[in-house]
Amino acid sequence: MDRGKMVVNSDECKGCGLCISQCPVGCIEFDNETINKQGYHPAKYKGSGCTACGICFNVCPEPGAITVYKLVKA
Amino acid sequence: MYEPILSKPKSFFETYKEKTGDQTITHYCPGCGHGIVHKYVASALDELNLTDRAIFVSPVGCSVFGYYYFNTGNLQAAHGRAPAVATGSKRVNPDSIVISYQGDGDLAAIGTAEIIHAANRGELITVIFINNAIYGMTGGQMAPTTLVGQKTTTTPRGRDPHNEGYPVKMCELISQLNAPIYVERVALNNAANRAKAKRAIKKALKLQSERKGFTFVEVLSQCPTGWKVDAPDALKWIEEKMIPYYPVKVFKDTSNEAEPYPEAKEIISGEKVFEILGIKRDEKKEETIKYEIPEKYKNPRIKIAGFGGQGVLLLGVALAQVGMMEGYNVTWIPSYGPEMRGGTANCSVNISDSLIGSPVVEKPTILVAMNKPSMEKFEKDMVSGGILFYNTAMIDTEPQRDDIIKVPVPATKIASDLGNIRVGNMVMLGAIIEKTKLLPLETVKSGFEYFISRKNLIPLNEKAVEAGMNYIKENNL
Amino acid sequence: MSKELLKGNYAVIKGALLAGCVAYFGYPITPASEIAEAAAYYFPLAGRTFVQAESEIASINMVYGAAGAGVRCMTASSGPGISLKQEGISYIAGSELPCVIVDVMRGGPGLGNIAPEQGDYHQVVKGGGHGNYKCAVYAPNSAQEMCDLTYKAFETAEKYRNPVFVLADGFIGQMMEQVEFGKLDPVTPKKLDWGVHGTADSKNLINSIYLDPDELEAHNRKLQEKYKKMEENEAMFETYKTEDADIVLIGYGITSRILRTVVDEARKAGIKAGLFRPITLWPLAKDELNKLKNSAKKFFVVEMSNGQLVEDIRLVVEGKIPVEFHGRMGGNVPTVDEVLEITKKLS
Repeated sequence: MDRGKMVVNSDECKGCGLCISQCPVGCIEFDNETINKQGYHPAKYKGSGCTACGICFNVCPEPGAITVYKLVKA
Repeated sequence: MYEPILSKPKSFFETYKEKTGDQTITHYCPGCGHGIVHKYVASALDELNLTDRAIFVSPVGCSVFGYYYFNTGNLQAAHGRAPAVATGSKRVNPDSIVISYQGDGDLAAIGTAEIIHAANRGELITVIFINNAIYGMTGGQMAPTTLVGQKTTTTPRGRDPHNEGYPVKMCELISQLNAPIYVERVALNNAANRAKAKRAIKKALKLQSERKGFTFVEVLSQCPTGWKVDAPDALKWIEEKMIPYYPVKVFKDTSNEAEPYPEAKEIISGEKVFEILGIKRDEKKEETIKYEIPEKYKNPRIKIAGFGGQGVLLLGVALAQVGMMEGYNVTWIPSYGPEMRGGTANCSVNISDSLIGSPVVEKPTILVAMNKPSMEKFEKDMVSGGILFYNTAMIDTEPQRDDIIKVPVPATKIASDLGNIRVGNMVMLGAIIEKTKLLPLETVKSGFEYFISRKNLIPLNEKAVEAGMNYIKENNL
Repeated sequence: MSKELLKGNYAVIKGALLAGCVAYFGYPITPASEIAEAAAYYFPLAGRTFVQAESEIASINMVYGAAGAGVRCMTASSGPGISLKQEGISYIAGSELPCVIVDVMRGGPGLGNIAPEQGDYHQVVKGGGHGNYKCAVYAPNSAQEMCDLTYKAFETAEKYRNPVFVLADGFIGQMMEQVEFGKLDPVTPKKLDWGVHGTADSKNLINSIYLDPDELEAHNRKLQEKYKKMEENEAMFETYKTEDADIVLIGYGITSRILRTVVDEARKAGIKAGLFRPITLWPLAKDELNKLKNSAKKFFVVEMSNGQLVEDIRLVVEGKIPVEFHGRMGGNVPTVDEVLEITKKLS
C-alpha cells in the first residue's frame, strides 16, 4: 500500500497543472475525460505512487481543491 | 487506513458568501500565487490558534477580495493604505493579530509612504507582500517591481531604467530601518522555497502574537496571466528571472533579542478625564462679574503690538485671563498670517460684560505699542479718547494724535533695570492696571500660575508689574 | 473653576476626550497644529492613542482602521491636508464608519497662506471626495463651541455611522476665549457591535465595494435615506434680531461674530438688520431660511471666500428674495466698517 494518497475536488480545480508539474513522483495527471463545472480538465490522482509529501497541496492555489492523506497503522 | 494530513485550513470560510458567482472557488486565475499564499496564511492562523483574533486587511489589487475567504475580522483598504488602516485597527485593538496583505503596486508604488512608516514605527502588524512584478488586476501594466527589459502593457518595449527606473527592492529597504524585527524574502518557485515561505509566514504571525514587533514577508509569486505563460512555466520564470534580481533570504531577524512591547495601557474614563484635562469641574451657576471696571474704560477693545520676543502675545493672554477670572467675557486673537509681515506681532483682546461679537480689534480703545512700527501702524486706528501706552525705551518719536490719552512708559528700560529685559510686557501690564484700574493687582497675582509657564519666573514678573505701577504713580501719569 | 482660557484648537481636544474619543491620527499643519499638539499631550495620559502619521493620507486611513473597530476616533487638518484626506473620507462614508474630522481653514488655493479663510466650504460641505455621499458639518464660532460641537460631532457620527466635520477657520482655532466644561458628561469609550475588534464575535466586514451595479445602487439609496434623516433632524442655526429684520445678514464661523456687531451698529443707524447663522452647514436649516425669506426683504451673505455658502442659500430660496454677497479672500477678515457700509447701501 502507498504511503499516501491525494484527492482532487474536481469542481474546485482550475486545471493550472501546478500540482502535476511539481509532484516529485509524477502521480498526478489531467483528467482529460472530465470537464468540470468551470470548463477545465481537472487534475486527478493516478491511483498509486503517492508518498504524502504534501507538495501538491502546498502549490495548489485553491484552498479546498486538494486533500492529502497519509497511511496510518490501524 | 488513510487520514487527511493536509486539507482546506479552517481559517477559510467554508463557502465564500461575500463572493458573487461560484462561492466554492476563489476569484483568482488558474495557477495564481495569491491562492497559495492565502493558504499559508490560513494554515498558520490555524496552527497558531489565532484565527479568532485575526484582522485581515485586503488591499486594492488582485487580492482586493481577500475578505471573501478569511473567516476573520476583515477590513478592505484604499489603494496603498493597508498599513495605515492596519495601524489604526491594531492601535485600538491591541490584542488582535493584524495582517496587511498587499501586492506590489499597492505596497511599493502608491503605498510606499505607508509601508515605510508603518515599518519605521514598528507597528505590531504582519505585512505579507506579494511581488509578482506586474499589475494583475488592471491588466498587465508595469509594477514598481517589474524587471528591467520586462514587457508589460505600459512598457511595451520592455522596462527601460532611463524612463522607468529600476525595480524596487522592498526587503532591502525595510531591513535598513531600526524597528522591524523580521524581514524575509521567500519564493514560490519550488517545493523547498514554498516550505520556507510557509514557515516564514507562520513565524511572522507568531512573533506578532508575542508582541515582538513589525514583521515583513515578501513573496516572489507567479502571475501566469499577466506574464502570459502557463503556470508551471511561471514557476521557472520566478527562478530564472526574479530570484537573480531579488535574492531569497532573511534580511533581518532580531526576533530573539527583541523585547515584547509593553501591554497597552488601560483606557481612563469617567470623572478622571476631567482631572487629566486639568479641569476642576463645578456645577455652580454662571459666575457673575466680581470687579467693576471704571466706566471710562468699560468693555475695552485692546490692541497690543511689538516685536516678536517682546511678549506682546503673553501680555494679551494675561489681560484676558485676569479679565475672565473677574467674570468677564474675554477674547484673545494673535496676529498671524498677513499681519505678521514686517516683523511685528500683535494681538487683539476684548474684555466685555456682554457677548463679544467681532473679536477682531479694528479700532482700539486701548493701544499698547511696544515698538515704533507698532505705534506708527496702529495709532491712527484708535478711537477718539482712547488711551495709548507706548514704550519710550524703544520709541523715540511722539504720538501724532491729539484726541487720545498718551502714557509714555520706558517699559524695556525698567525691565532691564530689574535684570531681565524680557519682562517689559509685565511692566506695561502694571502701568495699564495702575493707570486705568482695568483689573485688580491681586487677581493679576493669582493669575500668574495660568499664564507664566515657568513657575520660578513668577516672582520676577510680579516685581515687573509692581515696577510698572510705581512708574505711573511716581510720575503722576 | 471649570472655566478655562483656551485656544479653540485646544478646546477641540478637551471636547474630544470628554466625548470618549480613543484615537487621534494626524499630521501637523498651520493653523490646526495645536489640535495635534493637545492630542499628543492629553491622549496618552488617558490611555488613548495618538499617532503622528507620515501624511494626511495615512492619518485618514488610520482613522478608517480605528473607526472600523466601532470606536470614536478623529483627525484634524487644514485646507491642503483636507484635500489629501478626501479619498479616505469617501471610503469612510462608503463603508459607513463614524469619525470626526476637524478642518481649521486657511487661505487657498494651492499653498495659499496660513491666514483664516472659509474657502474649504465646497470641499467639505459638498463632499470633496468621489461618490454620492454627504458629511454633516458643524461650524463653531467660539472656543466654547470648538469644544461643544466636537463633542456633539462624535454623537452625530456614531448615530448615523457617518463622517462628521467640524469646520472652523484660522481665527476660531487660534482665538483664546473662556471655555466652560461643567456641562459635558465624560463618555466611557466602547467598541460598537458592528466593528472589527479581533475577537471571535466580531468577525465583521468593513468594506465599500459593491461590484454589482444594482447592489451599489441599493447601497447608495440607503445612504441617501440616511442623509434625508440627517436633514430632517440635525440642522442647527442661530438667529439674532431677525424677527423684524428687513435685511438678514448670513455668515458662519468668525464671520458670524463680525456680522453680529454689524447688526448692532446697523440698528444704531436705523437699519432693521438681523443675523442668520448656520451652525450646521450641512444639513442647512432650510425651514428657517424659508421663513426668513418671507419676512425679510433681502439676504446678505458674507464669507471669507469667493462665495460658496451663498450658492446654497440661493438654492434654498429659489430666487424668491434677493441674495447679495460680499467676500474677502487671502486671509483678510471683513471689518465691521466695511460690512456696515455695504449693509447701508443695500438697505
